[in-house]
Amino acid sequence: MVISTRTLRFTIAVFIAGLPLFSFANPVSDTTKVQTEVSHAVADTTHAVAEASHEAHAEPTDAKSKIKAFINHHLLDSHDFVFSANEETGEHYGFSLPIILWDGGLQVFSSSKFNHGESVAENNGNYYVLHHEKIYKTDAAGTLKEGHGGHPENVKPLDLSITKSVVGILGIALLMFLLFTSLGKSFAKNGGISKGPGRIFEPLVLFVRDEIAIPNIGEKKYKKYMSYLLTIFFFILFLNILGLTPLGFNITGNIAITASLAILTYLITTLTANKNYWGHIFWMPGVPTPMKFILAPIELLGTFIKPFSLMIRLYANILAGHVVLMSIIALMFIFKSWIGSTLSFGLAFALSLLEILVAFLQAYIFTMLSALYFGMGNEEHHHDEAHH
Amino acid sequence: MQIPTIVGAGLIVIGAGLGIGRIGGSAMDAIARQPEASGKIQTAMLIAAALIEGIGFAALFAA
Repeated sequence: MVISTRTLRFTIAVFIAGLPLFSFANPVSDTTKVQTEVSHAVADTTHAVAEASHEAHAEPTDAKSKIKAFINHHLLDSHDFVFSANEETGEHYGFSLPIILWDGGLQVFSSSKFNHGESVAENNGNYYVLHHEKIYKTDAAGTLKEGHGGHPENVKPLDLSITKSVVGILGIALLMFLLFTSLGKSFAKNGGISKGPGRIFEPLVLFVRDEIAIPNIGEKKYKKYMSYLLTIFFFILFLNILGLTPLGFNITGNIAITASLAILTYLITTLTANKNYWGHIFWMPGVPTPMKFILAPIELLGTFIKPFSLMIRLYANILAGHVVLMSIIALMFIFKSWIGSTLSFGLAFALSLLEILVAFLQAYIFTMLSALYFGMGNEEHHHDEAHH
Repeated sequence: MQIPTIVGAGLIVIGAGLGIGRIGGSAMDAIARQPEASGKIQTAMLIAAALIEGIGFAALFAA
């Protein structure tokens, strides 16, 4: 090999760090972008260029609100997979995903019927409208009754669709399954020495075992938690990294996903806890009896706050990272001069590197704290509690 | 109506920032005194920082 390993690593890091720049590069119709499209478009687009540039200079708030709408749209899950869209022609580049609704029976149809939220979908005599990525049941004309708080009052059918996030999760699940089964096989074949991708993932697996599981849970009991800890570590890590690719996923920045992960941690902690754990919650040893009555509700509340903070931490970190990254990239559409583009490119590059660190750190923290809670649930009766 | 919540969230974020700063500084001191314990200190530091960070984010979402 000509390239040394360090250079290769650096190149990969630079490549991953640069990826978000490509994905978010066309949120609003910029004059230069429209002009490049003129070369391979029909004659009346010159009209659009004149209009677009006129609009951009006349109403600067318009660009800002468009950026805001784009960022908000990115943070939501979506019912179709759009890589990029052309606002001038209304074209979307991507593919549709299946919509599965439970509305008096199973309703299955393609999301192309919604035409990216612009038309009313009809299936078996029922009409549905896509409003801010939520599906409402309507009449044939697609009218939404305006309720209080800006949300429509229409009936929402149970939505079991294969959305973009579900596609991402299924993809990562398949990747993890193939990767780690092949890894396990390569160990067996090579007499305990990893090969190929195992060279990268073996240290990570050992890290989870030696730095996270054993110190927090203990030598004796760590084994039964290892499968869960490894699964959430790699699941969160891969989804965080997937969120930095130009595919535009925002999965771990979705509170429903982090909530289900936190609920899993809570259930495992609660169901595998021993009697010392419950003793410490309801009858804290070593404190005066009146204090035990005060401490019990606080400790009980604490068991719910722990997974809640797990949920909020992962969600907020990833969400904040995405919002800040996209806002910085949007700077170039607001400044519209060389300084804005240079600034936002440089800052976005630096921030993307930071986001890779955050992706690892959040996976580590989530796994670490889960292990800590499992360890608390399994603590043995060690020393006498007289000196507490 | 909006302003008190935003100011409150700002105060909490300042507090969280100071707290994480203190944790980082103390961890540096501790590692300088006992470099051989740096692994354990780092772990403890990250846990404490993560707990404070959770409060900071909770404040941000309340605003």
